[in-house]
Amino acid sequence: MDQLLQFLISGLTVGSIYALVALGFSIIYNASDVVNFAQGEFVMIGAMSAIFLMKAGLSYPFAALLAIAITAGVGLALEKFAIEPAKNATVVSTIIITIGASIFLRGAALLIWGKEIYGLPPFTSNNPIKIGNATILPQNLWVMMGTAVTVLAVKYFFDRTRMGKAILACSYNKKAAYLVGIDVKKMLLVAYGLSAALGSAAGLLVTPITFMSYGAGVMLGLKGFCAAILGGMGNSMGAVLGGILLGIVETVGAGFISSGYKDAIAFFVILLVLFVKPSGILGKGETERV
Amino acid sequence: MSLLKVKNLEKQFGGLKAISDLSFSVPENIIFSIIGPNGAGKTTLFNLLTNIYKPSAGSIFFKDKEITGLPPFKIARLGISRTFQNLQVFLNMSAIENVMVGCHLRSRTGLLASALRLPSVIQEEKEVRRMAEEALHFCGLSEYKDRPAAGLPYGLLKKLEVARSLASKPKLLLMDEPAAGLNDTETQELCQLIKRICESGITVLLVEHNMSLVMEISQRVLVLNYGRLLAEGPPEQIQKNPDVIAAYLGE
Amino acid sequence: MKRLAGFAIFAAVCLLLPVIFPDNYYVTVVGLTIFLNITLAVSLNLLMGYAGQISLGHAAFFGLGAYSSAILTIKYGLNPWLAMILGAVLVICLSYVLSRPILRLKGHYLAMATLGLGIIVHIFFVQADELTGGPDGITGLPTLSLFGVAIDSDIKWYFVLCSYMLLSVLFSLNIADSRAGRALSAVHGSEIAAQMMGIDTAKVKSHIFVFSALMAALAGSLFAHQQDFVSPESFSFFFSIELVTMVVLGGLGSTFGAVLGAFILSILPEVLIVFEDFEVLVFGLILMVIMIFLPEGLFVSLKNRAAMMLSKRGIGS
Repeated sequence: MDQLLQFLISGLTVGSIYALVALGFSIIYNASDVVNFAQGEFVMIGAMSAIFLMKAGLSYPFAALLAIAITAGVGLALEKFAIEPAKNATVVSTIIITIGASIFLRGAALLIWGKEIYGLPPFTSNNPIKIGNATILPQNLWVMMGTAVTVLAVKYFFDRTRMGKAILACSYNKKAAYLVGIDVKKMLLVAYGLSAALGSAAGLLVTPITFMSYGAGVMLGLKGFCAAILGGMGNSMGAVLGGILLGIVETVGAGFISSGYKDAIAFFVILLVLFVKPSGILGKGETERV
Repeated sequence: MSLLKVKNLEKQFGGLKAISDLSFSVPENIIFSIIGPNGAGKTTLFNLLTNIYKPSAGSIFFKDKEITGLPPFKIARLGISRTFQNLQVFLNMSAIENVMVGCHLRSRTGLLASALRLPSVIQEEKEVRRMAEEALHFCGLSEYKDRPAAGLPYGLLKKLEVARSLASKPKLLLMDEPAAGLNDTETQELCQLIKRICESGITVLLVEHNMSLVMEISQRVLVLNYGRLLAEGPPEQIQKNPDVIAAYLGE
Repeated sequence: MKRLAGFAIFAAVCLLLPVIFPDNYYVTVVGLTIFLNITLAVSLNLLMGYAGQISLGHAAFFGLGAYSSAILTIKYGLNPWLAMILGAVLVICLSYVLSRPILRLKGHYLAMATLGLGIIVHIFFVQADELTGGPDGITGLPTLSLFGVAIDSDIKWYFVLCSYMLLSVLFSLNIADSRAGRALSAVHGSEIAAQMMGIDTAKVKSHIFVFSALMAALAGSLFAHQQDFVSPESFSFFFSIELVTMVVLGGLGSTFGAVLGAFILSILPEVLIVFEDFEVLVFGLILMVIMIFLPEGLFVSLKNRAAMMLSKRGIGS
């Protein structure tokens, strides 16, 4: 029982990170019908920028903010230079383009930061808090709370602000959005910037727990994709739910089976979901018109 | 004998009944038209007949054999083919290759034999090409046979779909708004084509908005309104039917 | 025999190269990698290019073939050819069982499912160390011999891998131009219309999935014997992506496109070595640029451009 509680705590922590990545996935997918395989690189760039800004002497909060800004800039550049020029690309083409972008960004990170593994200090003191026989680190709480706040802010942005609604309008029907005077190009840029910022936030939150290197974004990105599908592709809150579920299932599974198979368990779950209900937990099916 | 028989067919989308309690039968060797105002459920009916949509209730018989719920490819094997309102031409192939796909049911080479290109394959390939050329010729498309389908104008693509269906030698051909988007000359050609198809022994089930075309070539007409059967009979009778007139003018 | 003129020239060039340049590193060493990659790209193109079904997990079948050969020959002492056949049978069964549920999916969902499959198989190679030797892999495969001749030198491997590659290219060209190939293209073009033409689309997709997996598995067995070593690294998610890139780079749906794509991507690391640390970056950049500006792929774009120039000249004269 205590063991289960411990697994739940770690699961919820990892799940929160997946949730943020998945949320970024679904924002881009909604706005542009593109599955962005470079999403994991946003996580890596956010964390690595912060690490090196701190090494350069910046204070933690300032380095973190600047890192988020840098990553958002990378997101904007991705949209502007890779997605926008390939307007009528097929699904397969956009998959390849974003894979190319992810390799490119990883290559750039390798050049700038090298192959070493880095960490970030925890946000606050690192004394474990006891809950029964299970322990929770303050950083775990930071991850969960940080995710909760970010998700709520994103939800507010899409539900309440004009710009958020404009992006949603683009996702339903680009032509109609354009006709009612929405600057579709700008909204796409905002979506990519926002999504990148979310990725970098995930990177900042998780690095004090798991460390970071130039290649660490790949698996996080793929897990985010898994989570987005689990929740229902294109459903933002579904993505968050999917992320948290995936984190818990994976951690509990790894705990009871074998930690080496942790990633395999996650993908196995996704395969099952795809075989049984491809539209995910909160997604709707589609029908073709002939 | 009736070729196609529909009994108490029903289709619901959510709470909306797109087709309700529809029964009719189509005799062999005629042109049978289905008309009705927009949204009456005509294309839905075609999608039910070919099981692209699953019926909510009711049954469909083809040559007295029940075909309700059979996958589309099995329905095609029994001798039903169709064209589409939103064109479904294979744009990744040439015109003749499109029609050669239509010959799928009349040939048998499998994947392994194809990979090895056995002598029997080469023989069959010639045969298939000949059948496809015949169908293209029938539809007046011979000169376009080697053109990529993606480069053909809309009117020709519509004919190409017909040629592809004919190449499968169906007993029953479902045509979904073949005249939509065609000019007067093209419509006249189409009219002749449909007549010739029927003369060649294929029963034609036609969904069409062009009333003069329907009244000119059909032996029987069925009127759908809000998914229900409003009237059915020979064209002269339908034109005089007060319910039909009300349905069309009352819009 | 105009149909196979291009193939005949290609085959002649491949078979003559080692005769003309017997001691060239690029021919006898890089050439082997190129042939394996061409075979894999051609087999993936059957599924992706012809039938329009994306797979981000093709390396899994390549790996299963390789590991089957390694494990069955070393741990169970089986004859290499028998091991190869058993590996092929295993892959046929596995891919057949998986094909129906996986290929019911479309677009991004299909991408995710195949990606997941690839990653699961890769993790299995790493984790099941009693069987697979874990991250270190397995070394010491017995020498493969054909008609009593031991295949034990680069030049002999050159001809073995070249033959297998040519065979796969020939199969692929034959399929393109046949009833089965048209059924695949029909599935690609419009699944509903394909069904209405009497094509059992689920069966067609499943068959080509199995066929393509089988080609990859046999390539894997040959790879294991040629390298005399297997390790999980060769069959990772990244290699699956590289294979997809080869196919798309050359031009989806074109056999020689896949050949060209595989050739370029196999030779690229050799060329990019001069960039040292820039290698990864340049690789990603090339991928993006080609996909953005030549979305039909190099081979197909070049072919179309050549055809256009020829037809213009024809009108002019």
